Amino acid sequence: MLTYTIRRLVLSVPTLLFIALVIFLLLELAPGDPMAQVPLTVPPEVKAQMREALGLGEPTHIRFGKWLWQFFVVEPMVLTDHLFGTEFAADKQRVISWQTRSPVMDIVVQRMPQTIWVVAMAYVVGVLIALPIGIYSAYRQYSVFDQVGTFVTMVGFSVPPFFSGVLVIVIFSVQLGWLPSIYDTTHRVVDWNTFVMQLKQMVMPVMVLALQTTAQISRFMRASMLDNLNQDYVRTARAKGLSEQIVVMVHVLRNSMIPVVTVIALGVPQIFGGAIITEQIFKVNGLGQLLITAIQANDLPMVQTVTFMLAVLIVLFNIIADLLYGLLDPRIRYD
Amino acid sequence: MTDPTPETPPTKTPAPTPLGALSDPQPVAPPRSQWRDVWDQFKRHRGALAGGILFLLIIVVVYLGPLVWPIDATYIDIRARNEGPSWAHPFGTDQLGRDTLARMMAGGQVSIAVGLTAMLLALGLGSLIGVLAGFFRRLDGPLMRLTDLFLSLPLLPLLLVMVLLFRQALSSTFGPETGIFILIVFSIGVTSWMPTARVVRGDVLALKEREFVLAARSIGTTNFNLITRHVLPNVLSPIMVSATLGIANAIITESALSFLGLGFPPDFPTWGRLLNDATVYLQDYPERVFWPGVAISLTVLSVNYLGDGLRDALDPRIRGR
Amino acid sequence: MTLRSILIGGIAASALAPMAQAERGEDGQVGIIYWQAPSIMNPYLSGGTKDLEAASLVLEPLARYDENGDMVPWLVDEVPTVENGGVSEDLTSITWKLTEGLVWSDGSPVTSEDVKFSWEYCTAEGGGCAQIEKYGGIESIETPDELTAVVTFRNPKPFPYTAFVGAQSPILQKAQFADCLGPKAPECTEQNFNPIGTGPFVVTDFRPNDVITLEANENYRDPEKPAFASVVFKGGGDATAAGRAVLETGEFDYAWNLQLAPDVLANMESAGKGQIISGFGTLVERIMVNQTDPSSDLGDRRATLDHPHPFLTDKAVRQALSMAIDRELLVEIGYGDAGRVTCNVLPAPEIYASTANDDCKVQDIEGAKAVLEEAGWTDTNGNGTRDKDGVELSMLFQTSTNAVRQDFQALIKQWWSEIGVEAELRNIDSSVFFGGDPGSPDTFQKFFADVEMYANNFDGTDPEAYMSNWHCEQIPAPENQWQGNNMPRFCSEEYNALVDEMQQTGELEKRAELAKAMNDMLMQEYVIIPLVDRGRVSAHSNSLGGVILNTWDSELWNAADWHRKETN
Repeated sequence: MLTYTIRRLVLSVPTLLFIALVIFLLLELAPGDPMAQVPLTVPPEVKAQMREALGLGEPTHIRFGKWLWQFFVVEPMVLTDHLFGTEFAADKQRVISWQTRSPVMDIVVQRMPQTIWVVAMAYVVGVLIALPIGIYSAYRQYSVFDQVGTFVTMVGFSVPPFFSGVLVIVIFSVQLGWLPSIYDTTHRVVDWNTFVMQLKQMVMPVMVLALQTTAQISRFMRASMLDNLNQDYVRTARAKGLSEQIVVMVHVLRNSMIPVVTVIALGVPQIFGGAIITEQIFKVNGLGQLLITAIQANDLPMVQTVTFMLAVLIVLFNIIADLLYGLLDPRIRYD
Repeated sequence: MTDPTPETPPTKTPAPTPLGALSDPQPVAPPRSQWRDVWDQFKRHRGALAGGILFLLIIVVVYLGPLVWPIDATYIDIRARNEGPSWAHPFGTDQLGRDTLARMMAGGQVSIAVGLTAMLLALGLGSLIGVLAGFFRRLDGPLMRLTDLFLSLPLLPLLLVMVLLFRQALSSTFGPETGIFILIVFSIGVTSWMPTARVVRGDVLALKEREFVLAARSIGTTNFNLITRHVLPNVLSPIMVSATLGIANAIITESALSFLGLGFPPDFPTWGRLLNDATVYLQDYPERVFWPGVAISLTVLSVNYLGDGLRDALDPRIRGR
Repeated sequence: MTLRSILIGGIAASALAPMAQAERGEDGQVGIIYWQAPSIMNPYLSGGTKDLEAASLVLEPLARYDENGDMVPWLVDEVPTVENGGVSEDLTSITWKLTEGLVWSDGSPVTSEDVKFSWEYCTAEGGGCAQIEKYGGIESIETPDELTAVVTFRNPKPFPYTAFVGAQSPILQKAQFADCLGPKAPECTEQNFNPIGTGPFVVTDFRPNDVITLEANENYRDPEKPAFASVVFKGGGDATAAGRAVLETGEFDYAWNLQLAPDVLANMESAGKGQIISGFGTLVERIMVNQTDPSSDLGDRRATLDHPHPFLTDKAVRQALSMAIDRELLVEIGYGDAGRVTCNVLPAPEIYASTANDDCKVQDIEGAKAVLEEAGWTDTNGNGTRDKDGVELSMLFQTSTNAVRQDFQALIKQWWSEIGVEAELRNIDSSVFFGGDPGSPDTFQKFFADVEMYANNFDGTDPEAYMSNWHCEQIPAPENQWQGNNMPRFCSEEYNALVDEMQQTGELEKRAELAKAMNDMLMQEYVIIPLVDRGRVSAHSNSLGGVILNTWDSELWNAADWHRKETN
């Protein structure tokens, strides 16, 4: 297992470099102009000069090379400077966003708190709710709980977030006035009152996001459990006299986790770049919103950097999922 | 002293009747095929039947409905705008006076066609790659790296590039409408197969080590037969779940595409688009979100129950219980 | 800053409202929401109107336009003119005299060096300054004393009020931006996010594309202003959510640019917490009619002057297209009170508005049909679309993605089908449509369609640069990488002559006449079909007083005068 892990980690480096190249070329090829949002009153020659000033005049491979250098060498230097007070990156050019003319990584770090508070929390909540629902639905197949659960999750998944988000805002913010409709990213939690305030502004986006996650994961959990509940070894375990709880929660659950682990691992990188619509509706302004506004503004350095960071997470979590398969089912061999 | 009496020869006992087990009566009926069994089990699944009937009903209404209700989905009758349900317009009208019922039916044709086709494409592609990666160790690495690549690509620029490259060519070869349809189905299919592939691969990896696979291999089953006869039916559960989630995803993604201008023309109704347009009017005319929302949910639910029934029917352990 | 403190601040302020003398900072916090989030506080490097407006809370120009379009002195005592000697007789120089005692927010005095530096900053090589046009034609700037700046032009400039006038060209502090010239400009993140200005507020925290927090400028020139001690400037989301936040939930006080359907807005307003304000400027939604053939069969030379359009070069067709449109209905459906019918591409200011084209205000389907019949366009093959000599009147109509624009497309398509013209609709993502990417076929400059619809306007009150957009030299073509403003590819010697003449004319009445003549020429050729004079729509809560909507400058131009008022 260890050799496999090391092999995968080492292999991920060229994979990621290749992915970075493909992303860069894709962004180059995609139609779009960073000057698109500049008002029409600015004449085209000025826009051309502005593009030059952004560095768009240089050839593609030079720009890619510069980005590689800035991301892999300069940014870690900045991080060590920040952590240890050193001066390595004092004069070095960092990856600069075209929209804000400021370093991309600073903005990414700025967006982390609300992304973690809202999107990561929603994912955790979603997973924690989905697992018991899936398990119980499978155990009591076709019971009232199962039917209701199926109905609610299917409707929840069919209804897209651009609708459910607005619906929830209209009900809870406009009609009832209980919860704020706009997330305040500058809010600091220092005491009980501010903590309650933070919870209040988190409830709606977390609900909307968790609904999507719960729907997906509970379906996979249920299907997988159903497959396993009819296996012979379950009958044996019951015959041996083990309690239902042990049979289901220890034996069946462990064997059913493989697809669920896959889906959960696929969903984690989505936290950091996928909740685009929900973030926009509630103005949570996390990493998803950063990515989509950067794409719309054709801010290539920002899109390239954030997308690449997502790629790293995707590759990493897929490796973790693969390793977990080995732990969950010892028969799975990679070597 | 006894005289030897002449012995009567022992009476010939009749030949014993062969054991029932060794007899070979002529078959009175052809043997039950596996698919007949599957269909029987499927019929018994109430939810699946309900789902199947609902699905067929939706398709009939959506494709044959316009013959009964002939109002054009794009016809603007400006004086009749923002009306509620009435005899002239059973579902009401939208902000330009277009009949909602007609738009729902026209939209349904497109949404279901796109949803089903895109979902089948994504499913097929995902299952193929997942099975190949899980089954053949040598293909696992490259295929999974390919999956990682596709997962990492940002969706919006990818779609823009695809539209840029292919719209003109498809339009001139197949005509504008079919061209756009192919483009959309292809875009959605090519960008949603990855989760299915990952999940299927995971299951196949586990399944590959089971005894029955070893047994089948030992009697010389070819890889192809191993996959189609033994592996695939057992990974049907996650595939069915992916199918259900895939249809909902395809319908909604289509609306996102047309919102970005990459899909059908703006006056072409689809359920996702209708839902999108109506969301702005949520507080003022809530019934306008109701119809497309319900339609999408019902379609997804019916596919879900169909999938449930199919999976149960194909599971030999449940059959005949 | 929490919702509770906003509410408490509002209640407390309204309780104290009857006090006669206003005091700086007594009204607590004000919340502004822009659904396009500002990315930078430096209008010279900005990528959009949102950045200009955010920056106008901090940076100010020497003079600006008020809500009527009149120029008012801002950091000077009076606007220099020929009459008061501020502008030289030969129109080659203008002298700006700063008001005495002005200080920057860090306490240092504002001098003419800062004025000169602002010019140097924007015109530096490699700086990529977005507003460099404003400093066009300036030869040099002298600073004879601390409060005087003399701007000298290369050639006589009849309208010298481009530099230092309006939110697009404010004054920067030389000491702060000294090291940020030319290519160094993007590196000065601290300066770009936290500029030192003379405005009523200073930045305390800037999170790009998210939120800006500002507090009152201690050194602001009026000791009783601003009434608000702090500002929260939130960005993101969409127009509906922004409108909701001000008009329905009351979480914010001011929302900018609410491009929503009129009944949606009216419904939000009926909640009673806020009101909608609108003002008209020069923004006109129009249809451009392509005079060249965009067919893809023509390869590289499609949509260039090499291939005139098969039927749109016939004036009768263009006229019919314009006559078939019911502009009143478009305004009613799309903009309500925030729009007016217009028959001119130059609707304002008053002196430039022509009345020669007002027939277009009434829809005339029968008239349109008659015009087409007379010109020989009849439906010979019975397919519902008129044709002549084998050319069908079948068009591709493109525009950007926007709910109101899509509604317009559907309506206009139906009217055109009534007169026998077929239209296929397409909508393109705004960032692609308005971007200048030479690699994309969907930009509005390339115009690979027959008609396209969008809106445009011009800065300030002088239309010279705007009307010169339709000069023959401004036609986008492969030779100039499709960078040009003359989308319809209209080319007329007469028009060019008028443009050249206006550049030489100084007298206001004469300039107005020339502008009207140019407008009328375009209108009567029907190469541009104007639809709606779109106003700016914003909303503010009932408790926010002092708001005056200004469409000629930044909407936040008088934020110093804002205060809390009592609401009943």
